[in-house]
Amino acid sequence: MNAISRPGNPSRRHLLASASAALGAFTLGFRIPLPGEAAAQTGAPASAPAAAPTSAEVNAWVVVKPDDTIVIRIARSEMGQGTLTGLAQLVAEELECDWAKVTTEYPTPGQNLARGRVWGNMSTGGSRGIRESQDYVRKGGAAARMMLVQAAANAWSVPAGECRAAASIVTHMPSGRTTTFGRVAEAAGRLPVPTDVPLKNPADWKVAGQPVLRLDTAAKLNGSQVYGMDLQLPGMLNAAIHACPVFGGKVRSVDSAAAEAMPGVKRVLRVGDNAVAVVADTWWRAKTALDAVNITWDEGEHAAASSAGFAEVLRSALDAPQAAVGNRAGDAAAAIAAAPRKVEAVYSYPHQNHACMEVMNATAVWTPERCEVWTPTQNGEAAHAVAAEASGLPPARCEVHKFHLGGGFGRRAAVHDWVRQAVEIAKQMPGTPVKLVWTREEDMLQGRFHPITMCRMTAGLGAQGNLAGLHMRLAGQSIIAGMFPQNIRDGRDPLVFQGLNASSNEADIGYTIPNLLIDHAMRNPHVPPGFWRGVNLNQNTIYLECFLDELAHAAGKDPLEFRRALMANHPKHLAVLNAVAERAGWGTPAAPVDGQPVFRGLSQTHGFGSYVAACAEVSVSEAGVLKIHRIVAATDPGHAVNPQQIAAQVEGSFVYGLSAALYGECTVKDGRIEQTNFDSYQVLRMDEMPKVETIVLPTGGFWGGVGEPTIAVAAPAVLNAIFAATGKRVRDLPLKNTSLRRT
Amino acid sequence: MAKLNVNGQVVEVQAEDDTPLLWALREQLGLTGTKYGCGIAQCGACTVHVDGVAARACAMPVSAFDETQRIVTIEGLSPDASHPIQQAWLALDVPQCGFCQPGMIMAAAALLAATPRPTEAQIREEVTNICRCGTFNRVIAGIQRAAGPATAG
Repeated sequence: MNAISRPGNPSRRHLLASASAALGAFTLGFRIPLPGEAAAQTGAPASAPAAAPTSAEVNAWVVVKPDDTIVIRIARSEMGQGTLTGLAQLVAEELECDWAKVTTEYPTPGQNLARGRVWGNMSTGGSRGIRESQDYVRKGGAAARMMLVQAAANAWSVPAGECRAAASIVTHMPSGRTTTFGRVAEAAGRLPVPTDVPLKNPADWKVAGQPVLRLDTAAKLNGSQVYGMDLQLPGMLNAAIHACPVFGGKVRSVDSAAAEAMPGVKRVLRVGDNAVAVVADTWWRAKTALDAVNITWDEGEHAAASSAGFAEVLRSALDAPQAAVGNRAGDAAAAIAAAPRKVEAVYSYPHQNHACMEVMNATAVWTPERCEVWTPTQNGEAAHAVAAEASGLPPARCEVHKFHLGGGFGRRAAVHDWVRQAVEIAKQMPGTPVKLVWTREEDMLQGRFHPITMCRMTAGLGAQGNLAGLHMRLAGQSIIAGMFPQNIRDGRDPLVFQGLNASSNEADIGYTIPNLLIDHAMRNPHVPPGFWRGVNLNQNTIYLECFLDELAHAAGKDPLEFRRALMANHPKHLAVLNAVAERAGWGTPAAPVDGQPVFRGLSQTHGFGSYVAACAEVSVSEAGVLKIHRIVAATDPGHAVNPQQIAAQVEGSFVYGLSAALYGECTVKDGRIEQTNFDSYQVLRMDEMPKVETIVLPTGGFWGGVGEPTIAVAAPAVLNAIFAATGKRVRDLPLKNTSLRRT
Repeated sequence: MAKLNVNGQVVEVQAEDDTPLLWALREQLGLTGTKYGCGIAQCGACTVHVDGVAARACAMPVSAFDETQRIVTIEGLSPDASHPIQQAWLALDVPQCGFCQPGMIMAAAALLAATPRPTEAQIREEVTNICRCGTFNRVIAGIQRAAGPATAG
C-alpha cells in the first residue's frame, strides 16, 4: 500500500514539527505563530506542527495523543462541503476509535512533497474529495488499527488475533485485559506497516454512513475560526491590489505620488506586468491609498470586446462545419431529415463569477532562502507549485499553510493567481510578511468565469411522437483550453460533454436515443474561464432537460412518461427521477399557494459519479412574479458517508444553482466585466429560498460526489415548471432578463 | 482617533475618521470574527449589534460612533457560545464554510431580540444576509429552534 508511510521512524512526526518551527524562525529571525497554533486554541483544525511532540504518529493518517485524542490528517480542503468530517468518518470507521475524541489537522503541501506524497492528491474539486481518496484513507485507518492492536498484543505477549479494537480500546478477548490507543500508539508507530489491509463491508459501518455532526462547527459560531484573511503575523503588512480590468492588458504607467504620501503607506509596487499594489500598515489604508493611485493601462487587443460580440461568434459556431464529437449513435442528421416533425431551439448560458464570500487572499513572506505562504486553497499542492515558481526558489524551500476556505466553488482549485501576486509582492519586501486581500470589486473583475456557451437542439419526432433523432450542437468556451491548453487534442475538450457521455461512469446521458449526435464547436472569448461548481454539467443539463420537456409537449406527452420511454437502459438515472416524481406527487395537481396555482417541472442528470434528479414547484403571477415553493431532490451517490451533510450539499446546490438561474450573469463591455459587487451581481437570498426535500438513495457499489451534481438540475426543473405555469420557454439564462408577465 | 464601546469595553482606536467600523474592529482591535464580504452593506458578513440592533459595520465610519453606543461583535455575543442561536446552530449543523455565519448569527440574534417569536415569513424578510454555500433553510430552522417550539408552524 503505497499511500501509507514507510515503517519504522517513530520520530518522524517530531522532526516534522521541528522542521516547521525552524522554518518560521529562519524567515523572520523569530518564531512565526503558524495559523494552526493560533487555531489550536480555538478549536479549529491545526496545521500539522501544532501537536505536542509526545503525540505518536501511528501512520501518515493517524496520530494518537497520550490522552487518547485521535488526530486524523485530512489532505483535502474543507470549504463548507463537509469533506473533512466525511473523510474523518471513513478513517475512524476502520480505526475503531472513539469518535468523540477525534480531531483533524491538515498536513502541508511541503510535508507531502518531503514524504513522497504520502497523503496523495490534495486537490479538492470535481466533487472528488471523498470518492477519490476513500480507498486509501480507509486503508490508512485500518492499517493504523492493525498496528495499534499488534502493539498491544506485543506488550501482552499474546497473538494479535486474540485482540480486538473498539472505541479506542484494545481488548485481549481471552483474558479481558484492556489498554488504550494512547498507551500503545508510540510502540505501534515503530511497527512495520501491514501490506494486506482488508476493509469493512460498508454494510457493517457504524460511524461512516451515519448523519454525525460536523467536526468543524464550534469555531464557526463565535468568530474564532481563523480564515486566510484573518491571519495576523508579527510585523505583517497589508496589501490591496488592482489588476488591469481588461484581461490581457498591462500597466502602462503609474502615478503614485499622492498615494505614497497617505498615512500608513509603505510601498506602491508593480506586480507582474498587469497590476499595482499598495502595501500599508493596515489593509483599509492600503485600499484607500490604492484608490488614489493613478494607473494608466495598456488595455491590449481586447479593449473593445463585448458580450454582444461573443454572442455573435457563438451563434455562428452553431452552424460551423467543424465540431468535435462527444457522443454519436446511428445517423442523427438522416433521422431528423426523415422525421415527420422537426423541432429546434437555441439556448444560451452566460459568464458567471463564483463570488465566494471570502475574497481571494494570501499572505506571503520571502527571503532569498525560503518562501512561505498562508492561503485558502482547494489544492495545496497547486498553490505550492505557484509559490515556488513565483519565488524563484526550489519547491523544497517553499511551504504553503492551508486554511478552511470561505467558499471555493472551483475558484480556488486550479490557477492560484492571487498566490502568485502575494509572492511577487513579498519578494519585493524581503523578510516582511505581507497579507494581500482583494476587494470584492477586484474579485468580481478578476474572476475565472463560468464558460459561456450556446446550444442548438434539433430533433426529429416520429409518427408516434417518439424521439427519432437528436442533434445537440454545443458552441463556446472550453475551460480546459483556457487553463490547460496542452490537454486539448485536435480541438477537442472531452470535459465539455459532461452529462452527455455514452459511458464514462462519471457523467453519462441517461437516455437511449437511436440517432444521436452531440458535438462541440469550440470558441474561446478572451474572458478567462474557470471550473465553476457543477462545471459543464450545468449548461448541458439545462439544454438537454429543457429541450426534452419541449419535445414532450410537442409530442403531446407527459414529460415524465416521455423521458421514461428513453430510460429503460438507464435504471439508476430512472430511479432518482422516479423518486422525485413520486415524492412530489407528479401526475396529481399541486395545491395552490396564496391563491396562485402551482406547477411542476422535472430534470435529472448524472455527474461527478452521482445520479441526481429534481422536481420544482413554482407559481407565476399574472404580473410575472415567480415564486419557487418547493424542491424535491434525489441523489444516488453509491455510498453515502454522511446523509445529513449530503442533504446540506443538496440544499446548498439549489441556492447556488438558482442564484445562477435567476440572476447569475457577468457581461463584458469594453473588454471588462461590468458587474462589480453584490448590488450588480445579485444572488439568491433567504426570502426566495424554496423548501428543499432531499432523498438520499445510496444503492452501493460505487462512489459518487455530492458537492456539485445537484447544481445542474436546479435550473432546468424550475424552467420546466415555469413553462408549465406560463407557456413561456426561457432559453437564455439568467431568468432576470426575461419577463414572465402574461398581461 | 475614535472612542468605541465594544463588547462592554471602551477602547480608543487609532484610525482615520472615515475608516469603516468593520476595519477598525478587524485591524485595530483584532476582532476578526466580523467579516469583510462586499464593503457596500449588501452581504451582511460584517453584521454587528449597535445598541442591540443589527448593523452593517462595513458602511459606518468610526466617526459616527462614540462611547455611548454599545457595539457587540460575534466575539461578544455570549461568553461561551451559549446564546440560543449559537446552540441551535450547533445542534443543526447550520454552517458550511462558515464565513458568513458570524454575520448571519448576529442578524438572527438581533431578530430574536426584537421579535422573540418570528414567523417564517418574518425570518425570510428580516435576515437578508448572503450565504453562497446555501445554508438558508437550516438558518430558518435554527432561528425557529432558538425561538422555541411555538413558532415552528
